[in-house]
Amino acid sequence: MRHASTYLPAAEIADSVRRGERAAVEVVEEHLATIAEREPEVHAFNALTDAQARMAAELIDRRVAAGEDPGPLAGVPVALKDNLCTAGVPTTCSSRILEGWLPPYDATVVTRLGLAGAIAIGKTNLDEFAMGSSTENSAFGPTHNPHDASRVPGGSSGGSAAAVAAGFAPLALGSDTGGSIRQPAALCGVVGVKPTYGRVSRYGLIAFASSLDQIGPLAPTVADAALLLEVVAGHDPLDSTSVPEPPPSLVAGLDDGVEGLRVGVVAELMGQGVAPDVRRRVEAAAEALAGAGAKVEETSVAALAYGLSAYYLIAPAEASSNLARYDGVRYGLRVDAPTTATMNVATRTAGFGPEVKRRIMLGTYALSAGYYDAYYGKAQKVRTLVIRDFAAAYESFDLLLSPTSPTTAFPLGAKAADPLSMYLSDVCTIPSNLAGDPAVSVPFGTGDDGLPVGVQILAPALAEATMLRAAAVLEDAMLDQAMARAEATP
Amino acid sequence: MSERITAEDVTHVAGLARLELSDDELERFTVQLAAVLDHAADVEALDTEGVAPTAHPLPLANVLRDDVARPGLERAEVLAAAPAVEADRFRVPPVLGPPA
Repeated sequence: MRHASTYLPAAEIADSVRRGERAAVEVVEEHLATIAEREPEVHAFNALTDAQARMAAELIDRRVAAGEDPGPLAGVPVALKDNLCTAGVPTTCSSRILEGWLPPYDATVVTRLGLAGAIAIGKTNLDEFAMGSSTENSAFGPTHNPHDASRVPGGSSGGSAAAVAAGFAPLALGSDTGGSIRQPAALCGVVGVKPTYGRVSRYGLIAFASSLDQIGPLAPTVADAALLLEVVAGHDPLDSTSVPEPPPSLVAGLDDGVEGLRVGVVAELMGQGVAPDVRRRVEAAAEALAGAGAKVEETSVAALAYGLSAYYLIAPAEASSNLARYDGVRYGLRVDAPTTATMNVATRTAGFGPEVKRRIMLGTYALSAGYYDAYYGKAQKVRTLVIRDFAAAYESFDLLLSPTSPTTAFPLGAKAADPLSMYLSDVCTIPSNLAGDPAVSVPFGTGDDGLPVGVQILAPALAEATMLRAAAVLEDAMLDQAMARAEATP
Repeated sequence: MSERITAEDVTHVAGLARLELSDDELERFTVQLAAVLDHAADVEALDTEGVAPTAHPLPLANVLRDDVARPGLERAEVLAAAPAVEADRFRVPPVLGPPA
């Protein structure tokens, strides 16, 4: 059997399945074969849903045979981050505290994927409760970067990014609270989109920091990421923070280019801590956009320098509140003890890993009497300044450009003992979450170590279409270079 | 904000968060939380006088729906996920224990 190519576009798979030229069953088998071959090395999945996937594929093929159209993602396997609820299928958040739990309902994105004909192929590994930037904080062991198994895939959606990069699934969903889609996308050499806050329903996404969390797509190409985002976006009455605007049309205008667009390169995200080889790729991306007709200039967005500090108070504060629900009473782990209060403590102490405990403690401290104003209150005001400075920048620019991650993929274990150094790898991605704005990481060549570099395009709220047009221009520029290199090699 | 977090503070916070720390964890977390809070202290340099706090990125307020009954989750399915159940309810250990 032919193995699924890493870059077989989802749109092409769906087209051929819809026309009856390829069987969804065959598509699923090809991807399961690729998984069987490389999953032991990569460990992208907490669980495969292969039996359900085969059944779903048979149903798609029967519908096509009966003359029905199963939808824009007909027969396309999708990997789901294991913090998205799937009815009757274990959803763990890579935490012992939820091990074995079967959600009684599907997340809205899972429902929408099903309605579009997509096939859920498995639940992907993540840093426990999405807290981390390397997928090492998983109770079920780390995921490895498919480009170099000694390196991390990034995180927290490291399993989803690795699954796409290894060709295990043409598409994946992740969640992004401070860069958890974009940073692993960059480190694994795939496209990752954090949509505008509220664009995609969070119903059934297990909460980390509710004012920052957003679900988004990972895919090998900008077009496939756009297609997946179109399918899952749109208002949902089950999420009161979902925006009422109709879902955006993204794929249709992808080739419209960047002629005349004003792009600002963010000085605050190009300085200290950003590796020189990564900085050079962002400069090359700026040149590519300028070459395609954009007006590119360096600009300052001063408050972004303080985004990281504000985030590491706000996100843990919200997490400490959200994770109070894991008390051993209604679902998940219970460690028996003589009273309810001691049972609560025993359960949480045994069920949460070190990073989750650290963030709960940090958040509890930032919210506690005597410190609330100095930490949480101050951070919320800094959040206002970030939003204000972004708004000022978007008076002069349509889009902003920066690195996604300050470095390429780092070795497993390199930052595990020093949480602050791990937190610093989110410095470029965090501001978009604080502002609620969309951002995309698009692969743009490699660093000195030969590993993928992602560049980040940031846009004002609801401007995903413009943002993805620019991402498509960068993708084209890389393809042009690859073709030129191929022609130059006899 | 400049007072460094102490092991006593960390023990107090762990109690508030319903977590129990080993001596080793207590020592490690005290150092690590202090490092993160030191880094966070650089927001002190920013003048936030008169700046309103932001709790949420969207200007949505009072999102309402029609007050119509709709089906909820199946009781049996929800109870099936619970660690202990009695008479269609979640069962917990005694709430009042012996005096500490």
